Amino acid sequence: MEMRSSLRRVQGLGSAKEGVGHWWAERLTSMALVPLVLWFMASAVFLVGANHAAFKAWVGSFGNGLMLVLFIIALFHHAQLGLQVVIEDYVHGETAKMALLIAVKFAFFFIGAGSVSAVLHLAFGN
Amino acid sequence: MVEFALPADSRIVGGKTFKAQAGVTNMRIFKIYRFNPDSGENPRLDTFEVDMDGCGVKVLDALNKIKNEIDSTLTYRRSCREGICGSCAMNIDGVNTLACLKPIEDIKGVVKIYPLPHLPMVKDLVPDLTVPYAQYHSIEPWLQTSSAVPTDGERLQSEEERSRLDGLWECILCFCCQTSCPSYWWNGERFLGPAILLQAYRWIADSRDEAAGDRLDDLDDPFRLYRCHTIMNCTNTCPKDLNPGQAIGKIKAALFKRL
Repeated sequence: MEMRSSLRRVQGLGSAKEGVGHWWAERLTSMALVPLVLWFMASAVFLVGANHAAFKAWVGSFGNGLMLVLFIIALFHHAQLGLQVVIEDYVHGETAKMALLIAVKFAFFFIGAGSVSAVLHLAFGN
Repeated sequence: MVEFALPADSRIVGGKTFKAQAGVTNMRIFKIYRFNPDSGENPRLDTFEVDMDGCGVKVLDALNKIKNEIDSTLTYRRSCREGICGSCAMNIDGVNTLACLKPIEDIKGVVKIYPLPHLPMVKDLVPDLTVPYAQYHSIEPWLQTSSAVPTDGERLQSEEERSRLDGLWECILCFCCQTSCPSYWWNGERFLGPAILLQAYRWIADSRDEAAGDRLDDLDDPFRLYRCHTIMNCTNTCPKDLNPGQAIGKIKAALFKRL
């Protein structure tokens, strides 16, 4: 039974007073990704046919390693910010929404951290 | 999940056909959404063959002709018939617009008329606007001040300050934009929607208003404001040629400026 006034219905629990931070982070990461993606594509073309040793030497240079780590952080941070919005848009059940949000955040953190450690392993490992 | 299909009792079934009298030479076909909550039946799409001789040029003229001469039970809101009251907002030929401003000759073939999308229905072309009106109430759309009233009783505004309200004050709250927005379809109770956000910006932009900070606090919310993903259906559909998308952008810019 629904006896709340219409005003109470649309007021809900009030303003979160937070939203501009997420919005700014989305824009900042997408701005960063413009040069990073171009660099990554150029590098991928440059490395076509490279063997493991050549690849290891490439990652081992300070500039390439740094750019690759920046690319990974910006990419996966941006992806999880965007997917969060998609889930909030379309998934309305509280339990399903929460489960999906947690799964997405964990998955992207895991993939991102895994990618960075792979870079480090390749650059510094044997 | 969001419901992408209509509930079973909202699905449209075939309707009645009202034939034109024999000998009519200048005929247009109108297919109109009909729904009567008292009948317990599903909504249907009725077909009206209308004699365009003696019919005005706008879609509202045809609706009036149908109501006066063919089926008096056809229900729709109308008042000013000149695009200033916002009553006759409906979905015509796939686009939300005002029936009184939409020329029939702009539509090719059958004229299809549905109510504004994704709202609870009252009857025929009359949707329930309770939630949008409550959302309008929630943004406190009136001048708020804390400074003392000037001795001559008037809060002055320069011409330049007044010009910042152009493109905002003209909004007639017809809700064509509001109900064209997919974000509003999916999250209509938490997202304020383009019409209400344009109105909210109208008060933030008003040089005489002294509550801009509080207004921005209330809008800084992942749902109230940031469900807008700049889809821009709002601006494309506005029958008054306003730009709600830009107004929302200006609210986001104001929130960013004070970060």
